[in-house]
Amino acid sequence: MSKFKKNSKSSNEIPTAALPDIIFMLLFFFMVTTVLRETDLMVKQKLPKATQLTKIQRKSLISYIYMGEPKNTTLFGTEPKIQVNDVYIMKEDVIQFVNQEKDKLSEVERDQITMSLKVDEEVKMGIVSDVQQELRKANARKLLYSSLRGIQ
Amino acid sequence: MARGGKRALPEVNSGSMADIAFLLLIFFLVTTTIANDKGIAMLLPPPPDPNQEELDIKIPDRNIFKILANSQDNMLVENEPYMGTMVDLKEDVKKFLLNFGDPEADGIEVYNSFPPSLKAYVNQNGKDPKSSDDPTGTNAIVSFKAARGTSYDLYIQILDAVNAAYNEVYAARVGITAEEWLALDKDDDIQKDMYNRSRAGMPRAISIAEPD
Repeated sequence: MSKFKKNSKSSNEIPTAALPDIIFMLLFFFMVTTVLRETDLMVKQKLPKATQLTKIQRKSLISYIYMGEPKNTTLFGTEPKIQVNDVYIMKEDVIQFVNQEKDKLSEVERDQITMSLKVDEEVKMGIVSDVQQELRKANARKLLYSSLRGIQ
Repeated sequence: MARGGKRALPEVNSGSMADIAFLLLIFFLVTTTIANDKGIAMLLPPPPDPNQEELDIKIPDRNIFKILANSQDNMLVENEPYMGTMVDLKEDVKKFLLNFGDPEADGIEVYNSFPPSLKAYVNQNGKDPKSSDDPTGTNAIVSFKAARGTSYDLYIQILDAVNAAYNEVYAARVGITAEEWLALDKDDDIQKDMYNRSRAGMPRAISIAEPD
């Protein structure tokens, strides 16, 4: 009897001393992999689905242009707007934005700048094509129509 | 105890350490966005040069595959209303590219570089005198024009279908699937060579017209 008692007393607790270590490991993993979102999206973003996706090798060459219906429709209306960084811009300001982004890159990389167009799928082509014309003028001709992987 | 010679080592209560770590963990889990830098790549044409006179190059009608989309999201493909799916459109573009109706010297060279499976495809589906001459240079152009009112979703789907047709042909030239072809790493010499071989002589001739 005494034997049994001893046994049951000795190990009825799981050692939790290593638990913080495990959690910290997970924490570090997420801290390292996290990329904090740089801009606050002020436009709706439901990206279209496509199958023929290519990945850009070098992230530093990418600049983003967002287009979509403003989230705050009472203030800005429902017409699609162009957003870069944290502000809405008019299509005429696209060239200036491209030049700003090009200045951030070193001289040899300037021609390789890629504009990632993040456009809501409900936007009409008019505004997209206006932006494309401006990008042609600004000589930023590499485009990436950002889209999600879809089934065919 | 305090009076005794031996003092107990002061211990920080570490029982809630896990909770703190959990809190931080949850914060990072919530704020993490998995970066999405994938999309359909495209190269815009250079800006129009005002000094240059407008070139008027005549490309025969049979060498252009016309896709039009209007503001009601209806499509006109090769001058006929199009009701099919995007998969059908992809097959039509593929047929157009691999027609070899009247190939020139470099077109024949491209044909000879094809593996037997693609040659069989050409002989079975191609050789239509009313379709493209060969897939080199300006002898097979896919022209796509959307209206200002066309939805971006349809634009991407059509562009995706046309790109899929090209990618499948490229992939078939080197005997891999389209997914494998897209995943080719251009930093690796062997894979880059494969990529170059697959595209040799067959440029991706997609012309996107400005909407009216």
